[in-house]
Amino acid sequence: MIDRDTGMGAMSLSRRRFLAQAGFAGLSLSATQAWAQAIVRLPLASDPRDRPITSEFPQKGALILQRTRPPLLETPLEVFDQGVFTPNDRFYVRWHWADIPTEIDVGTFRLAVRGHVNKVLSLSLNEIIRNLPQVELNAVNQCSGNSRGLFQPRVAGAQWANGAMGNAKWTGVRLKDVLDLAGVKAGAVQVRFNGLDEPVVPEAPDFMKSLDIDLARNGEVMIAYTMNGEQLPLLNGFPLRLIVPGWYSTYWVKMLNDIEVLDKPDDNYWMTTAYTIPDTPYANIKPGQTGVKMVPISRMVPRSFITNIADGASFPAGVKTLARGIAMGGDTGVAKVDFSADGGKSWQATRLGTDYGKYSFRQWETDFTLPERGAHSLMVRCTNSANVAQPSVPNWNGSGFMRNVIETTPVTAT
Amino acid sequence: MGKHVLIMGLLMGAILLPSQTWPEELPALKSVHVELPSGDSQFPGGAGADAINNNCLACHSADMVLNQPALPRATWEAEVHKMINAYKAPIDNADIAPIVDYLARTKGTN
Repeated sequence: MIDRDTGMGAMSLSRRRFLAQAGFAGLSLSATQAWAQAIVRLPLASDPRDRPITSEFPQKGALILQRTRPPLLETPLEVFDQGVFTPNDRFYVRWHWADIPTEIDVGTFRLAVRGHVNKVLSLSLNEIIRNLPQVELNAVNQCSGNSRGLFQPRVAGAQWANGAMGNAKWTGVRLKDVLDLAGVKAGAVQVRFNGLDEPVVPEAPDFMKSLDIDLARNGEVMIAYTMNGEQLPLLNGFPLRLIVPGWYSTYWVKMLNDIEVLDKPDDNYWMTTAYTIPDTPYANIKPGQTGVKMVPISRMVPRSFITNIADGASFPAGVKTLARGIAMGGDTGVAKVDFSADGGKSWQATRLGTDYGKYSFRQWETDFTLPERGAHSLMVRCTNSANVAQPSVPNWNGSGFMRNVIETTPVTAT
Repeated sequence: MGKHVLIMGLLMGAILLPSQTWPEELPALKSVHVELPSGDSQFPGGAGADAINNNCLACHSADMVLNQPALPRATWEAEVHKMINAYKAPIDNADIAPIVDYLARTKGTN
């Protein structure tokens, strides 16, 4: 109606809508980012904290845009409040190189198994699905650098808040069964995994990761062809993804198409330089400290999060309130989750939700009351079944890896 | 008797392979063809951004850098050399200083 009155046509209406959206998203850089619809303010240690929310990636719903190309998409906190499994269209995305195939033909795709084996294989998806026993596992996939943006002093890299993680039911085949089909020769020490993604610059190191042969054959490591009962979104590694339960996501190679059994340790860049951590408790060093022995990152550690209360939320003092969230044990199950409404001075046990297996998220909930008006700190602490608890002091390393300090949610009682 | 053996066999199978599921649940995967957003926005700053725009956007979009916190100049210098040495970014020697200057100017701690 306004347009008719002012004589503006449909073109200018859509132009104005576009400008309004771009302005709302805080994006004045370029018209090509007009697809961002809203912004989220992440609880990072310093600015910039605002990120666009995008729904413009294929097979994906609303996610936090950390980088457009190659995609880094973070899962918003509220998704973790909606259930213990992370929906495929909200599951975070992380790629190293921008040359990502955008077309996968399930008829012609092949998985190679080669190297130190008796028989080189080239397996079709049909052969993998039909000829090998199908297995299922619930497991958390978490980026090594999840929560990097909370590190102080700040470090370079993807500036994730806590959403570079997700939990899914993975269905597929055991890696061990695939290796047995090829027949691993005596003297094998590692197995190297490569996917279809490639660097834009051909001389750059292709992204490949390796596991020790015993881990590769432990019967738990698997090759998934579905995720939460559906084929994987392309950006989560369609058609096949390596699943290494309890280990950081760097090993969960996406678009897996090549398995090479090695008779000597892998010395490729992604094993020996990238994704290495200080060989110290909590991978912790002092900022600026040098001369520390570095080792490849491996097993995850316990973490827990409040998912129904955002940073800075306010509640009436003296009224009983529900706190709820998720926990993970890391490389083993969740034994208990404790909650504190007084900044860690006192702790109360929480009620744990259904146990979906030791590698899965587990929900927790508890009631609390803020006794008096003013600022309060809510905290949550997971202890895993190996009796490893989250520490009260944050770790630091130059790559921003393995954060697992007890997280604090500042709130106000009114 | 035969039925009992069959049931026992099924039970043992279930015990030995607890997470194994049944063949009728096998998925039928479908081919996928998608398009990804181009991520071709430029770094702001006019001529002062020429070096970073000309050298860095082939491999990654600008938002990765714009989302970084303020970091010391030495960190930016190390990042640029990591791109060149580890990730083989084909950056002209003459462009290294203008790129580091841009980063230290727009994303520096001082």
